[in-house]
Amino acid sequence: MSLNDLTALELSKKIKDKEVSVKEAVLASFEQIEKYDEQLNCYVTTLKEDALKRSEEVQKRIDNNELTGLLAGVPIAVKDNICTKDVLTTCSSKILENYYPTFSATAVENIEKEGMIVLGKTNMDEFAMGSTTETSHYGITRNPWNTDRVPGGSSGGSCAAVAAAECFTALGSDTGGSIRQPSSFCGVTGMKPTYGTVSRYGLIAYGSSLDQIGPVGKNVADVAALADVISSYDKKDSTSVKREYAFYDSINEDIKGLKIGIPRDYFSEGLNEEVKQAVMNSVKELEKCGAIVEEFDLSLVDYAIPAYYVIASAEASSNLSRFDGVKYGFRAPEYEGLHNMYKKTRSEGFGSEVKRRIMLGSFVLSSGYYDAYYLKALRTKALIKESYDKAFAKYDVIIGPAAPTTALKIGESLSDPIKMYLGDIYTVSANLAGLPGISVPVGLDKAGLPIGVQILGDCFKENNILKTAKKIEEIAAFGKCQIAGR
Amino acid sequence: MEKEYETVIGLEVHVELATKTKIFCSCSTEFGGAPNTHTCPVCTGMPGSLPVLNRQVVEYAIAVGLATNCDITQYCKFDRKNYFYPDNPQNYQISQLYLPICRNGHVEIEVNGSKKNVGIHEIHMEEDAGKLIHDEWEDCTLVDYNRSGVPLIEIVSEPDMRNAEEVIAYLEKLRTTIQYLGASDCKLQEGSMRADVNLSVREVGSDKFGTRTEMKNLNSFKAIARAIKGERERQIELIEEGKKVVQETRRWDDNKEYSYAMRSKEDAQDYRYFPEPDLVPIFIDSDWLKRVKAAQPELREEKLLRYEKEYDIPRDDALIITESRKMADIFEETTKLCGDAKKTANWLIGETMRLVKENEMDVADISFSPENLAKLIKIVSKGEINNIVAKEVFEEIFKNDIDPEKYVEEKGLKSVNDEGTLKEVIQKIVDENPKSVEDYKNGKKKAIGFLVGQTMKAMKGKADPAAVNKILGEILNAV
Repeated sequence: MSLNDLTALELSKKIKDKEVSVKEAVLASFEQIEKYDEQLNCYVTTLKEDALKRSEEVQKRIDNNELTGLLAGVPIAVKDNICTKDVLTTCSSKILENYYPTFSATAVENIEKEGMIVLGKTNMDEFAMGSTTETSHYGITRNPWNTDRVPGGSSGGSCAAVAAAECFTALGSDTGGSIRQPSSFCGVTGMKPTYGTVSRYGLIAYGSSLDQIGPVGKNVADVAALADVISSYDKKDSTSVKREYAFYDSINEDIKGLKIGIPRDYFSEGLNEEVKQAVMNSVKELEKCGAIVEEFDLSLVDYAIPAYYVIASAEASSNLSRFDGVKYGFRAPEYEGLHNMYKKTRSEGFGSEVKRRIMLGSFVLSSGYYDAYYLKALRTKALIKESYDKAFAKYDVIIGPAAPTTALKIGESLSDPIKMYLGDIYTVSANLAGLPGISVPVGLDKAGLPIGVQILGDCFKENNILKTAKKIEEIAAFGKCQIAGR
Repeated sequence: MEKEYETVIGLEVHVELATKTKIFCSCSTEFGGAPNTHTCPVCTGMPGSLPVLNRQVVEYAIAVGLATNCDITQYCKFDRKNYFYPDNPQNYQISQLYLPICRNGHVEIEVNGSKKNVGIHEIHMEEDAGKLIHDEWEDCTLVDYNRSGVPLIEIVSEPDMRNAEEVIAYLEKLRTTIQYLGASDCKLQEGSMRADVNLSVREVGSDKFGTRTEMKNLNSFKAIARAIKGERERQIELIEEGKKVVQETRRWDDNKEYSYAMRSKEDAQDYRYFPEPDLVPIFIDSDWLKRVKAAQPELREEKLLRYEKEYDIPRDDALIITESRKMADIFEETTKLCGDAKKTANWLIGETMRLVKENEMDVADISFSPENLAKLIKIVSKGEINNIVAKEVFEEIFKNDIDPEKYVEEKGLKSVNDEGTLKEVIQKIVDENPKSVEDYKNGKKKAIGFLVGQTMKAMKGKADPAAVNKILGEILNAV
């Protein structure tokens, strides 16, 4: 059995039991990276030297019993929109091709405090705008299960890296499904916590009211443990909240009597039949374990996508205006005067999907259109939240697919952005309503591609979705990704 | 017949709040400092940084709102105002559009004895921008973000003013009120108070507003008065010539006494305001309001009434003393210590104001302590020093805040009222000036002044004038 077969929790235990050294763990990850990353392109930046150096410090502190956390010593990958002090942080954009933050995100400080080791920065859709990791300035990331397929996105690099054992666990970010959908495509487990659970300080904003950092792991236990590490009340983030319990403690809770709502709207037109069957089968298994399952109408599902794209693009158009060539990042080499510098820098520095969303966002905020688009989208968001509140008054969790299909072929969706946007149908409403959601693999389709099931819970009820996900994981006996050599 | 025109003026006043730290981060707001030394990732707009609201900013805004009779918006929010300019590191300013913290207020002004209310449309909180410095030598522009994120409130008046006098009365009223609250020092020259003038003209009797312009870059009350006069004339001229006033922003050049068009409404930017998602809404509950209200200091109007009643000070004097809270505080402290309100008032209105003007200072910069002024008043009352010496000692108090008792002692400035010494000196003066004595005897009572002067000169100013007069009278009568 190879070191890379271990989960993050298993690895940390072995390190603390002195069966494995931190350095060995780091080297095991780099063995995978060196073997596969040229092909997969999960990382924008790898930090072998730094990681090895840090592994020695961490080893000492573990030996001295100073680091005793569940994930001490575990190598981790960090999505490239999360700031790491003095380490290139690009958001997979040309415009930040030379940007070295002067500070680390609170989530990164938290993993460092735990004694985890950052291996590198993972590839993503540029500024997290996309569902395929094809819009990166630094090349596409390929799905380890089938390299002709996309890994999903925008946290495609993080999810593919976990699937390919190029790290033991990873941080992603989720604005409209960017952790859950690629987790589903890559056969790994990924959670978007309740809005406010993980500090956004140091997460380079896409849609501020929707963004949330979350864990990606090989199984539910790893994800819960990593969620505990990164979640903290942070004075530097006004939208940060205090957490009332440890997520990890809730994963083995019994699901007997758990009320599961199945939104009919999520199983209608557009959903791939194999995905539908896999999700329904896992629900049946949960019922056998004592859960109470009921179908219901969620309503407003069709409005989630337009509301999401209006709000996210509006916020993005403002959030991304700071990338102007004045203070940091890329500046067009030739220009005449200030306005020309702005224009050229932004024209050359941003990719087409980013430009599309900046234009869309600027349009919906323009005077004369604000009420018709932005304000209406905000009202829709409030209504969607209401419909979830109603649902969660009856059910503990809501189960559905994480994505309408399994991993798409590379190049398939870029030509048709609307089609790509519609692929987010099951994930965006959790962001609009601030809800926690998790994607856990349940099986493979005929093509051998992973299928993920999504479990949504009420705000701050990560315990419900984690224990449900844990149960599904036990039942599914999910296969391993072959490329990972596991 | 020549048409008569009425000027309609509304003001947008920006006031820099006196918080120790910036509005959304903990950087110092201190003026000066080497460029970009009072900065952090938040106020330089680094990717991933987030704003966190400084509670004191809200408290000051509420205090100003309450003192100007505004309704406080108990559920209020920040919005983003989007525009590209390098002094604005995020390329958006965090401000308030939809739910400003204060609305529907007014202040009372008095011009030439008649009173009137000027409405306040709203007061909102926002952040200041950085400063661009053009380096002519290198031919490049540099940015200093030390001011970026300094808290401001913008007070938007209704178009209720009709002339420069009213505008200045309104500004003075705002300034005193805000200074009393301690919310800002409101210095126009230093930019901690800035006023933009919105002005239009219309024929007297018309109930429709004319097209207005907005005038910027007004750094003193005098400049404001000149700009109003200039813009009124410019607009009337246009109308008389049958031309149209263009809605635009103009920049006043006080040296040339002329304004230049900066940008017209046509190329006005669309700021694409929307609610700031990085900040949670502020809920100002009634307890919070009550606390701010309770902490509100006595304002000028209340002081004026109390001074007339409690200290029996004439209103004109009280007006001068209460013009700034600094002066009023010195007055009250000193009076408490020496027990003589009138003498205290005289020192402040007379010598203090004279020295302030002479040194081209601001009253806010007065630094002497009430203890030392009170001591001075006491030793003068006791006759230990005479008025001439007292003025000299006061100058030292004003400049260096010296202890007058020690100072008088050290410099040997105590009045001489020892009869023996005085008699000797006066006798000598009388003997040396027979002409003056003769004049006096012949009814030229003025001559005594000369003899007193000579005595004081001989005594190096330290003689007690009362004693000199008395002894001189006795000697002259005896001649």
